[in-house]
Amino acid sequence: MSTVSTQASVLRVLRVVVIVALVVATVVPFLYMLSLSFVRIDDLLREPLRVLPALERITTETYAEVLRSEEDGGYGFARFMRNSAIVAVSASALTVALVVPASYAMTRLRFAGRTQVSWLFLAVYLFPTIIIAVPVFVGFQVLGLGSSLVGLVIAYIALTVPVSVHMLRNYLAGFPESIDEAAVIDGASRFQILTRITVPLALPTIMSTALYSFMIAWNEFLFALLFLSAKQDLWTVSLGLTRLADGQEVSKTVLMAGSVLLTVPIVILYGVAERALTEGLTAGADKG
Amino acid sequence: MASTLRRLENRDGITLVTPVVLVVAAIIVVPIVWTVVLSFQDARYVDVARNGLFNELTLDNYTDVLTAPAFWQALLTTVEYSVATTVGSITVGLVAALAFRDRFRFRAPLRAVMLLPYVAPVVATTFVWQVALNPQYGVVNAFGTQVLGWEHPVNFLSSAPTALLTVIVYDIWRYFPFAFMFLGAALTGLSREIEEAAVVDGATPLQKFWFVVLPQLLPTVALLVLFRMVMSFNEFEDVYLLTGGAAGTQVASVRVFEQLTGSSDIGGASATAAVMAVFLGVALAIYLRLTAKQREA
Repeated sequence: MSTVSTQASVLRVLRVVVIVALVVATVVPFLYMLSLSFVRIDDLLREPLRVLPALERITTETYAEVLRSEEDGGYGFARFMRNSAIVAVSASALTVALVVPASYAMTRLRFAGRTQVSWLFLAVYLFPTIIIAVPVFVGFQVLGLGSSLVGLVIAYIALTVPVSVHMLRNYLAGFPESIDEAAVIDGASRFQILTRITVPLALPTIMSTALYSFMIAWNEFLFALLFLSAKQDLWTVSLGLTRLADGQEVSKTVLMAGSVLLTVPIVILYGVAERALTEGLTAGADKG
Repeated sequence: MASTLRRLENRDGITLVTPVVLVVAAIIVVPIVWTVVLSFQDARYVDVARNGLFNELTLDNYTDVLTAPAFWQALLTTVEYSVATTVGSITVGLVAALAFRDRFRFRAPLRAVMLLPYVAPVVATTFVWQVALNPQYGVVNAFGTQVLGWEHPVNFLSSAPTALLTVIVYDIWRYFPFAFMFLGAALTGLSREIEEAAVVDGATPLQKFWFVVLPQLLPTVALLVLFRMVMSFNEFEDVYLLTGGAAGTQVASVRVFEQLTGSSDIGGASATAAVMAVFLGVALAIYLRLTAKQREA
């Protein structure tokens, strides 16, 4: 009995320590980012340990500078953000449009090649993206899609489809086929079943799939690097931030403001749909 | 009648799946096949531009890859890196999931906060880490030298072996939320009855964890190991953004990138990637074999 109670009390304390340590470890880098984005670079260089700037030294000039266009002496992040938004919104809308019918077919219909399709999607993860990216880039150049946002959107769709199909399939497999059958008896066509029954029922998961592919597209870096490096006016936020960070001329705290601008949209979206997203991604995890 | 229905079902199924399959085939499968073909050719960009896929076939790339000490070094680095981040992120994720299992105030918002490193843009988080670890103006070195009394600032990202260790720590930080999320979901799915029975039988908390909870989590853990191993084996962005592959952190995908962009050796890069994929495939086959029982459970 005493072992039980000693262990229990040690674990109770440990649990609190673990929770505090983990929360601190996850949150502190983000607070550091936020805080430095309001600091002048000379203040950072003079006092690197001073993480929270003195109130009267706080500046928003970093944000103004990073957002202004190059013609006005800034770094054009406003345009990078617009590019990222265009790419991420189109990639996520198109992914959903492609994935919903496919997932429906893969859970409800028996057709030749159904298992092979599942295996095909797994193959995506066996090779490093870098090796996929180069032939795609060369191929797109030939088609005139290289160095364009359209090409980037197509590439992002392919990157997000496998996980999106997985999320939706798990969800669709969870509700009874008898609903579809009832609709068939009532004379509904396949298309009507899809649009009037499957889509409304699966709407929460469809939303989390859309959110997931938006995040992947917004955060992605390698394809953007290969496709758009030479075209500064098409840079996404991720690409713009790394390109500017490579040089010495842009101050780190201005780029910190850029990082905040890159991170905030994702945090907001995630805050809105956190539950749906985690449930969508982990669907089926309790079944092993 | 029945056979007409079956035929219709077959036709509709194929119609609905075709668009996705076409996109995935064009963007993923064709490039992979292309890579394999190019790995048997002594090709530079000019040759590919002129002749497409029809260059002379050769095994030179493979002999070059397999006889280059740098390749074996990169392979070793990749294995160390993948094993360390996989084990580390799943262990931390498991500890976190256990700590968050029982209700407490602010559990839901804190759990959401813990997923931030995973959902935040990798470019932003690597940049913050770079600044925080910088020897001149980073907060970590400032703290170390001014408070902890380090003699010199540490070059966390530009000297071996700390660079690789730092990348590993970063990736544990970035990916433990992923394991946390999955193990948390698995824990919610467990029935408490068995555990209560074990407590009645006099099991200590640690015994309860080791003999009752952990065995039930093993299928999820096995799946996570598989997933994380594959992802980290092919990881490019984290390493490239943090160190650029310098100071003993050149993992295979960064090596492929350098072969492509630095020396524009497409054939060599393709062969490196193909050899790595074979290694990964073999490792996966062994792993799936070993854990077959677990996954059925």
